[in-house]
Amino acid sequence: MAKAMVVDDSRAVRLILRRTLEKHGYQVYEAGHGKEALAVLDQHPDVRLMLVDWNMPEMNGLELVRAVRSDPERARIVLMMVTTETEIEQMVRALAAGANEYVMKPFTEEVITDKLRLLGVIS
Amino acid sequence: MIGTEQGKATGGKEISAENFAFLQQQVYRESGIVLEPGKQYLVEARLAPIARQHGLASVNELCNLLRAVSNDGLRRRVVEAMTTNETQFFREPAQYEALRTTLLGELLAARRSPRPLTCWSAAASTGQEAYSLAMLAAEMGLAANDCDILGTDLAEAVLERARAGRYSQLEVNRGLPAAYLVKYFTRQGLEWILKEEIRRRVRFQRHDLRDSARHLGPFDLVFCRNVLIYFDHETKRRILQLVREAMYPGGYLLLGAVETILDLDHLFERRRVGQAIVYRAR
Ligand SMILES: C[S@@+](CC[C@H](N)C(=O)[O-])C[C@H]1O[C@@H](n2cnc3c(N)ncnc32)[C@H](O)[C@@H]1O
Repeated sequence: MAKAMVVDDSRAVRLILRRTLEKHGYQVYEAGHGKEALAVLDQHPDVRLMLVDWNMPEMNGLELVRAVRSDPERARIVLMMVTTETEIEQMVRALAAGANEYVMKPFTEEVITDKLRLLGVIS
Repeated sequence: MIGTEQGKATGGKEISAENFAFLQQQVYRESGIVLEPGKQYLVEARLAPIARQHGLASVNELCNLLRAVSNDGLRRRVVEAMTTNETQFFREPAQYEALRTTLLGELLAARRSPRPLTCWSAAASTGQEAYSLAMLAAEMGLAANDCDILGTDLAEAVLERARAGRYSQLEVNRGLPAAYLVKYFTRQGLEWILKEEIRRRVRFQRHDLRDSARHLGPFDLVFCRNVLIYFDHETKRRILQLVREAMYPGGYLLLGAVETILDLDHLFERRRVGQAIVYRAR
């Protein structure tokens, strides 16, 4: 089963995203901030998709994206930011740091699945 | 049956069977769209605001008004309110992928003389389909005057929104790659505005798919997506024939995911490109 991770400090958001991913056959891990996400990644190096919030305690989403991308072994993980940040400059920064896609909150389930389809990680 | 009796009991609020039939007939005549029985709730939801704006107490009264006076503007608004305008950027991404990897290149190479590629978004709604193609063309390095894009629709209201090129956050969130969003849009408050460099690539005008489109074409590429589903079999057939008449032989037709060319194999040849099904005009 393909593995994914949802990184968000809101449990409610994690739950919504987890359910969506599970519907598309993913086994889903959760993390409440960037540091925790890196720890989960160490344990489960076969995670291939991460949905990442921006504003979180400990390590924020942008820092997490940079940390993941700094490791060549993790170059193929698909990273999608899901965040309340809606400034174009922020999006540009996230994409430049290595995020593959960007979703603005609030989102609907279709928004998430459309983007994942665009990324080729669900059919 | 929700007849006039119950209608009276609820202050004439619920649409009568007679008025539903009247609206079915109006919508069919004006757009070709078949309003299926059982869609009374939809009629209520979509027409109640128009009734209210005219100071009428119910959709039944709106029907009475439509019967009593000949008012083209009002009739058109009612019909437009009954059409589904849902659309999104890069809907059915596999088709855009087919255009990018294969079809646009082939079409460009097949031109007999130097002329722009001609493209038609035939049920354009609020413009996302035509603009997706425009962004794709820009990404592929096609100059604006190498790729002519026309968007048409029956409904004036959606065409006006298409021309404005302003979209809500939800609309740009759906299906539009973030890389395109940051490159081709600016933000103004809660709205996202398509940049002039993309907007000027597309023209919009009113056209009823049931009319000949010869004068608009000929086209190399036609999107006729998620609109045939609303018509009856005969109307679908006729529209597909009219579309074919407006195309270059060898041009490509793209349909919605659940739509087909029916039995018109003598007009179109089915072809698979990657994950997409496309139809080549014979
Ligand atoms: C669901 S939208 C499809 C938009 C877009 N093609 C897509 O696939 O996302 C259907 C559109 O068809 C238009 N339409 C309905 N009847 C029509 C007709 N007879 N001629 C032209 N357009 C029509 C409606 O106004 C509506 O905007």
